[in-house]
Amino acid sequence: MARTRTLKMITGAAAVVGALALSACGSGFSSPATSGSADAAGSGPISVLIGSSGEAETTAVKSAVADWSKTSGTEASVAVASDMVQQLSQGFASGKPADVFYVSTDQFSGFAANGSLEPYGDSLANKDDFYPGLAKAFNYDGKLYCAPKDFSTLSLVINTDKWAAAGLTDADVPTDWDGLASAAKKLTDGPTTGLAFSPEIARIGAFFPQAGGSFVSEDGKTATLNSPENVEALGFVKSLLTDGTAKYSSDLGAGWGGEAFGKGLSAMTIEGNWIGGALSKDFPDVKYRTVELPAGPQGKGTLQFTNCWGIAADSKNKPAAKKLVEQLTSTQSQIGFAKAFGVMPSVQSAAAEFKSEFPAQAASLAGAEYAQTLPSQPGAADVIKDLNAKLATLKTSDPKTILDAVQTEMTAVLAK
Amino acid sequence: MTTALQLLIRRRSGIHGRQNATGWLFIAPVVIILGLFLALPVAMAAWVSVSDWTGRGSPFSAATNFVGTENYSAILSGGGLAERDFGTALRNNFYYVILTVPLQTALSLLLAVLVNRRILKGRGFFRTAFYFPSVTSSVAITVLWLFLFSASGVVNKLLALVGVAGPNWFQDPNGVLHLIAGSLGVTTPPATLASNTLLGVSWWEWLSGPSVAMSAFILMAVFTTSGTFMLLFIAALQNLRGELEEAAMLDGASGWQRFWYVTLPMLRPTLFTVITLGLIGTWQVFDQIYTGTQGGPAKTTLTPAYLSFSTAFNNQQWGQGAAIGFLLFAIIIFFAIIQRLILRERTTVPRRKRFNPPPPKGGTK
Repeated sequence: MARTRTLKMITGAAAVVGALALSACGSGFSSPATSGSADAAGSGPISVLIGSSGEAETTAVKSAVADWSKTSGTEASVAVASDMVQQLSQGFASGKPADVFYVSTDQFSGFAANGSLEPYGDSLANKDDFYPGLAKAFNYDGKLYCAPKDFSTLSLVINTDKWAAAGLTDADVPTDWDGLASAAKKLTDGPTTGLAFSPEIARIGAFFPQAGGSFVSEDGKTATLNSPENVEALGFVKSLLTDGTAKYSSDLGAGWGGEAFGKGLSAMTIEGNWIGGALSKDFPDVKYRTVELPAGPQGKGTLQFTNCWGIAADSKNKPAAKKLVEQLTSTQSQIGFAKAFGVMPSVQSAAAEFKSEFPAQAASLAGAEYAQTLPSQPGAADVIKDLNAKLATLKTSDPKTILDAVQTEMTAVLAK
Repeated sequence: MTTALQLLIRRRSGIHGRQNATGWLFIAPVVIILGLFLALPVAMAAWVSVSDWTGRGSPFSAATNFVGTENYSAILSGGGLAERDFGTALRNNFYYVILTVPLQTALSLLLAVLVNRRILKGRGFFRTAFYFPSVTSSVAITVLWLFLFSASGVVNKLLALVGVAGPNWFQDPNGVLHLIAGSLGVTTPPATLASNTLLGVSWWEWLSGPSVAMSAFILMAVFTTSGTFMLLFIAALQNLRGELEEAAMLDGASGWQRFWYVTLPMLRPTLFTVITLGLIGTWQVFDQIYTGTQGGPAKTTLTPAYLSFSTAFNNQQWGQGAAIGFLLFAIIIFFAIIQRLILRERTTVPRRKRFNPPPPKGGTK
């Protein structure tokens, strides 16, 4: 008797807890907005979530958003994320995400696939002004989901003091792989390695297009990772590493190529535009110049990196959010961002002004002509991570074996 | 009939009935809080692990479908990257557990015995010093560790003093057992080990041992947790009665015998607690990986807990992420049961542990 009563009590209590919990849940989650509400007029303040590279970027974005807020009359606030992916994911799950936010290429497809992103790109007024290569990175199912924010390309950064000390002149600036190998050899001296870069495909992958290779086919449906061209490229990188004329920054005890370069552990590095800000902040005494990456057997090649301004599908005020993005990607705003924190404008109309304003970065901008983007299909980020893991031991592995393995993985990912 | 009815009435209105109701009233806050923050999230995660929830909106909405064991089979037998990552994470964490738990238990017991000695001067100082790493945040210690174990860090400088060229700790993906095998001349794996796989990872890879990077994490775990467990052991040691020790002394037992046959058996409950907590803590290692290496180099510090996080948050594979969480739970339960079986109280003292082995019985055996 007593036992049944206790049991009933427990069941009752459990039911109460369950009901409470479910009601709590109901307020925490909201069902995704039905599609087709994109054109509905919205209202309310706009919240912007950014993953900032530092004080300069935060200040620049904040003042740009404040300016827009003043002219449009819509309230807007900027928050800096400490862990962008986690905060975005939480926002999407709760149905109350930030309205406008940074989206990286490797996160993009996941958020586009689960419907968190509003595919607003095709209706932007300045849509055709974006570099086609950048816009392509944010295409999903044939739709431009979000506007490229800005971009950077990889180039060869040379320490001019070490260059001169090794007896090299302007005529020796490498224009092909042989030139790079011999320059690296001449620059390797005691504690200084000729060339250093991070042990990841986001640097080493720049050699792929130079050999005529790519990561995925033009239509993005077939993996092309283990092509003979890529094997040749990776073989070249391996030969530099085994010669000791090139080293991974991690093997030099540096966190990335820029650190190895700044500390004088290497005379050259392969890095993007961001290295300028990092060097002037941490190693202001290092004299350097930036040139285009040397061409391979099949011509020039580099990689580009970009983010986009995502708008949440669950945003309460999508029209205003879109206006804000139009303003932030306008030629004038982007020149302002370039001055503030050293990125390159994602719109072609800003190219001329950028070039005259930053002549030292002409090489990076030139790279935009032929730069490739790392694959951004759903699941591709995982394959890239796996490739990076394998590249850590490139010195002792067979390039073909590495590429064969990731080819299988990439094929499986693209087949989904 | 009447008696039953009377009984019912008496129970309803009786003093015990009220007591029951009052009892429930008192524990209601805890029941509600536990239900809300423990039972319900667990139930939700269980649902997510068998659903195709994409991370947008409520997992209970109509857009989310039941997919059965699809997420689990992708991890356990999918043949793809998900399976291999899980296998790699298990391998890494297994070596982490198998080295950290015995080391930290032994060290904490040793420290406890040392600082528990009455003749030791400045016991308070040593207790505080040994306990200090435990009260420091694991993130701060990880950052400290990254500096200490960097390529040109203090640890390598010290090693250089004795003529050893230290490894580039957190960047070195080589397995310790592989390195030992390499020094013995075995650099290429035997064909059977290389071709046969478990969870997508070849046997040769399973036998790699912890990577150099993971070894640094193991040292860190021993360093940080020994203080906590030392405290548990000190508490237990101070509860032990001195008479037994004296009796053993009178019996002529040496210091080592007294520790091994008297003190240690009486510490068994604490030992059980320490090992259980150690097993749970080490299988769930996350903060160090998140702040330190994010699974690198070459995925050799990837652990199931971190893999679960990155699968869910970074790849938007929420079902698989939740499934990894439940598999991790199963693994922890499994190991807890195993060690319970090993450490359970035996009613008879094994012959080898007796002070005075019974004289052999006469006659043939």
